Amino acid sequence: MVIDSGPEITAAPTKGIWSWITTVDHKRIGLMYGITGLAAFFIAGLEALLIRLQLATPNGTLISSDTYDQLFTMHGLTMLLVVVMPIGAAFMNYFIPLHIGARDVAFPRANAFSYWLFLFATILLLSSFVLGGAPDGGWFGYAPLSTELREIVRMDFYSIGAQLLGVASIMASANFIATVFTMRAPGMSLMRMPVFTWMAVVTSFLLIFSLPIFGIGLWQMFFDRNFGTQFYSGAGDPLLWQHLFWLFGHPEVYVLILPAMGIVSEVFPVFSRKPLFGYPFVVFSGIAIGFMGFGVWAHHMYTAGLGPVAEAGFGIATMMIAVPTGVKIFNWIGTMWGGKLSFELPMLFAIGFVSMFVVGGLSGVLHSVVPSDYQQTDTYFVVAHFHYVLFGGGVFGYVAGAYYWFPKWTGRMLDKKLGLWHFWLMLLGFNMTFAPMHILGLNGMPRRTYRYPPGLGWEFWNQVATVGAFIIAISFVLFAWNIIRSIKGGRPAGSDPWDGRTLEWSISSPPPVHNFDEVPVVSHLDEFWHRKYASDDAGRAVRVPAVAGGTITAETTTGGEDGPKAGIHMPSPSYYPIVSAFGIFVTAYGLVYIPGGWVAVGIGVAIALMGFFGWSLEPVTREGSHD
Amino acid sequence: MTSEAASAPAQEHHDVRPVRKAAMWVFLGSECMFFGSMIATFLLYRNQTGGGPGADIFNLGFTSVSSFVLLMSSLTMVLAHNAFTNSDARGTRIWLAATALLGITFLAGQIFEFTDFVREGLTISGSSFGSAFFMLTGFHGGHVALGVVMLLAMLYLSFDGRLYDDHGLNVELVGLYWHFVDIVWIVIFTVVYLLQI
Repeated sequence: MVIDSGPEITAAPTKGIWSWITTVDHKRIGLMYGITGLAAFFIAGLEALLIRLQLATPNGTLISSDTYDQLFTMHGLTMLLVVVMPIGAAFMNYFIPLHIGARDVAFPRANAFSYWLFLFATILLLSSFVLGGAPDGGWFGYAPLSTELREIVRMDFYSIGAQLLGVASIMASANFIATVFTMRAPGMSLMRMPVFTWMAVVTSFLLIFSLPIFGIGLWQMFFDRNFGTQFYSGAGDPLLWQHLFWLFGHPEVYVLILPAMGIVSEVFPVFSRKPLFGYPFVVFSGIAIGFMGFGVWAHHMYTAGLGPVAEAGFGIATMMIAVPTGVKIFNWIGTMWGGKLSFELPMLFAIGFVSMFVVGGLSGVLHSVVPSDYQQTDTYFVVAHFHYVLFGGGVFGYVAGAYYWFPKWTGRMLDKKLGLWHFWLMLLGFNMTFAPMHILGLNGMPRRTYRYPPGLGWEFWNQVATVGAFIIAISFVLFAWNIIRSIKGGRPAGSDPWDGRTLEWSISSPPPVHNFDEVPVVSHLDEFWHRKYASDDAGRAVRVPAVAGGTITAETTTGGEDGPKAGIHMPSPSYYPIVSAFGIFVTAYGLVYIPGGWVAVGIGVAIALMGFFGWSLEPVTREGSHD
Repeated sequence: MTSEAASAPAQEHHDVRPVRKAAMWVFLGSECMFFGSMIATFLLYRNQTGGGPGADIFNLGFTSVSSFVLLMSSLTMVLAHNAFTNSDARGTRIWLAATALLGITFLAGQIFEFTDFVREGLTISGSSFGSAFFMLTGFHGGHVALGVVMLLAMLYLSFDGRLYDDHGLNVELVGLYWHFVDIVWIVIFTVVYLLQI
């Protein structure tokens, strides 16, 4: 298998389901992450609607307490690990290489493997509904509740499913970090990278260091349930689980929000026609959030009784982490200040992100105050807080990203009128659903209870919240309809519909398999903008005539003999990643159904080993031009 | 022969491409947290023996010897890497094989130790101490076993003439992993065995 040196681009077949199954193209993998995440979003959204229907009236009778437990657990688990994280990964997969001027991620097949493992883990988790019951111990799976119920498999689905998602994320993160640190285009220094890619790096590091802790906790839970160990049950200390879980769980919060912050940091400059205000501050505050994110976990555990010293320390650390977050908010406002604002859809959602996230951030600071948190713990106030952060922040940010980059993915624009409906309905529905929960929480309504008695003054706001939830649902149906319609019938976008600033807009929409015909040579932050515009004596931007994809390029090959496309070798498609991931999938089912499942474990391990073996012997046929 | 000829330019290449090394370092960083969590668990439960056997069961002399064997394997790993960078195929093979052999010796010692402990009443389900001990040392043993597989794979590739392939693992990366596993053992030996006396 000697690499041939013809001028052809060795590209994968581009049509048909097989080409998607064997793809190692980071753009396709990114799209698959996005589509899977969006599908899971609708499933988890349905779970939320059922919860809201149950709570619409006092003494709701729609679902039993048992079903309710499964629904709220799976809603949380799915939304966090199977919706928001993968949608973040979708953007990272698609845009890290484009942002840094690379042709693919560092390890394309490992990247595919990460996706397939994630998909199978998702299927495993969702299949639990019909295979013995879904996890029902909350997304945090507190011991000893999670370790005591040995007769059913529910929390085994949780421990094994989350374990697989974690492995997939660790692999993807290592891949992204290696890509960013070793495969940047010439001139693309770290401080010229788009903020989104910076936030992707911070996110990846957070995952690298936090997921293994969760992994150990999950194994310990699994061993307790299946092998009779005493980590949390028996003589074990359930508090250990809380520490391990939140040592992962709090950095996880930043994993969910940082990519969204990166997205709006891309959106604001483009639609304000100004560079990002204080780029280094945005970058370094993101890094600061990453570090501090590991030092605040115990604020989830104030009521566990850690003692005044620990509580004061974690309270202060929690207040401090609001500072770098606030810095970012001011930078975004500063970017808009005095800019030529155009209220296109991505901009609207980005503004929605900032305004809603501020509300969630402020209620978060309230939680850092220990006595105040004692009152709010386990009430709907907490539910309101983290939905303002994760939905008002995360989801608004990711939807902004979807509207912003949809033209790059498909070459078509999303319909603006439908998009406006989506935005205003989502904003209205979101605030109707979650703002009342602040009041409910302060009035003492507890979380995770499947019904409440009448006469406590909770009826009205619960009804408002339920109506709001359905408005959110309608807005997302419009979004889905808009996507389906626009993929084929949307207005053609061209390569640069928003007059963008970063390198992804310098190539066609959708981008070619090899991304860049010529690897760009970078000399500025906002490189593509500087190729399009120079400034006149008054400092105003003046369009440079004759822009093409850029005039300065590096030679792409070691020889560089036959023109720009010579010797671009893209990695060949491979089915080994999906085979290996499938083997692990079978193994996982076996582990859930221990002891009967040992057979499946054996079969699964055999399949996985076959996959890995074939994988390691298969030639990559990839270009050698990144040195 | 063709494959060796084809890999000659890659040989000049492989040191200037830090892609795989970056990924390996990141992975090892992740592993630090992985073992750190288990070590923390062990420290929490070091006295939770539930009336059963605790640290008094350890045979410090035996474990010191097997620790020494594992540490020596780091030395042979360095020699293997040295031979690898000097394109000394024979030396690479010898030292890879020696490293793998020392790793297997360590594993054999661990298996002996485990069976001995179980016979004396220290089991994974008997006490929190037992759970933490077996999980920590067991996961470490698993890592050593994986390292042995990687070493043997390198040995296989050296006969195949593909030791200098420009993708996948190479001797340097396996070496990084192997040294990491050794260093973790130093911590485990100190925390689990020495500090409990």
